[in-house]
Amino acid sequence: MLRLCILLFKRETRLLFRRPMELANPLVFFALVISLFPLAIGPESRLLATIAPGVVWVAALLAVLLSLDGLFRSDYEDGSLEQWVLAPQPLSLLVLIKVLAHWLCSGLALVLLSPLLGLMLGLPERTLGVLLLSLLLGTPVLSLLGAVGAALTVGLKRGGLLLALLILPLYIPVLILGSGALQASLQGLPTAGYLWWLASLMVLAVSLAPLAIAAGLKISVAE
Amino acid sequence: MNWTWFHKWGSPKWFYEMSGAWLRALAWAAAVLLLLGTVWGLAIAPQDYQQGNSFRIIYIHVPAAFLAQSCYLMLAVAGVIGLVWKMKLADVALQCAAPIGASMTFIALLTGAVWGKPTWGTWWVWDARLTSMLILLFLYFGVIALSQAISNRDSAAKACAVLSIVGVINLPIIKYSVEWWNTLHQPATFKITEKPAMPMEMWLPLLVMVLGFYCFFAAVLLMRMRLEVLKRESRTRWVRAEVEGRA
Amino acid sequence: MSFASFADFIAMGGHGPYVWLSYGISAVVLGLNVLLPVLAHRRYIADEARRIRREEAAQ
Repeated sequence: MLRLCILLFKRETRLLFRRPMELANPLVFFALVISLFPLAIGPESRLLATIAPGVVWVAALLAVLLSLDGLFRSDYEDGSLEQWVLAPQPLSLLVLIKVLAHWLCSGLALVLLSPLLGLMLGLPERTLGVLLLSLLLGTPVLSLLGAVGAALTVGLKRGGLLLALLILPLYIPVLILGSGALQASLQGLPTAGYLWWLASLMVLAVSLAPLAIAAGLKISVAE
Repeated sequence: MNWTWFHKWGSPKWFYEMSGAWLRALAWAAAVLLLLGTVWGLAIAPQDYQQGNSFRIIYIHVPAAFLAQSCYLMLAVAGVIGLVWKMKLADVALQCAAPIGASMTFIALLTGAVWGKPTWGTWWVWDARLTSMLILLFLYFGVIALSQAISNRDSAAKACAVLSIVGVINLPIIKYSVEWWNTLHQPATFKITEKPAMPMEMWLPLLVMVLGFYCFFAAVLLMRMRLEVLKRESRTRWVRAEVEGRA
Repeated sequence: MSFASFADFIAMGGHGPYVWLSYGISAVVLGLNVLLPVLAHRRYIADEARRIRREEAAQ
């Protein structure tokens, strides 16, 4: 079982790195959305720093969502998804590994890019640690929840907008806790409470979301 | 334990034949209760000492908000029944209830906003309850959009079932996080729907209205479900006889 | 009765527009909820009856 998981993980990462531009696109989108805000509301640094927590988190939310649209598409089109559904191993474990591989290749890069963009928005250095940590805890939840939507919409022609419609409302707790943590650290308040909550949401998502993803994939494949 | 009552629900024909009488009873109950509650709440109940007469909006705002939440819960319950016992009628109920729930959420939001004008002085305040209602409306839109997007009837119902179950697990998390967010950003707003102690004369019409809204919901749901059952079974003999009898 | 006259009832102590606006819109939404399924049901029955007649004529 473990060997199979490692093999699957290797396959997924190799497939992802075969098309590096698709991995880079969400990062470019993330940076682009963040740089739109100073252009829209003006370059005054104090104003930018106060809205930075929200801006960074909303941009991260959209970038993760965008990257998930094609998560299952190629597997669906070439038929390997059907093999997965028929495989003797539990489907929820397989999809958990797939989402994990996807997060390590695209979500983690986004987390690592975020301090740079935070500095550009005028966030003080002392808050960058909380920014990193909150995104590190939050983006896996975003990936897992988004994968539920991606599984349900994989068979549809134009699933992208529908995916956003289905999943964005479910992202709201992560958004509130993540940007709340950043705001608290900006004001010099303790942030541990937010981060613990984010961590518990992550545990919840890791344990429950794979079941929903598997159920969604089964429905989409059966169609 | 005798399970025949449960198996009966698997038969669309049985449902269609029985639901006609239920529909009539529920429609009458809804009409009487809603009329009684409206007259009682609008004309007879005393006015609130703080908010004056604008508090009378409570008699639609609170029942609609109640129903909006319990309807989403019902979607998830129907989803579980449809997924576990493969009951077709549960699928029908899920897809028919979503638009009704969305319209109830819309009523709750709109009356909340109108109520906000005389109480807070603005049409919209990011108050915890109104905000979670808004998110609930988006959740309903998601379910409706998904059921419209998938052309295969069975997969659409199953997909909506999964989505509404995921939504129901998320709903308490959303509610608590929004409340938390609200207390952080607006420490002291006057909450319209938090009444310390409502006197009996104000409380009774509210109860009547809540019951009336539930009966209304059940009646409209049955109407939609009966049509959907006819459409799904359009090739059977009993539907044909029904159509010829009605036309 | 908590109102002295009918004019008082309409005015709602100055809050009339808000109260009547919310009751009015709610009545419209509830009415649509009833009306749309009834119309859809009628249309469906009519369409099906026409289809059955056509099929019988074709045979």
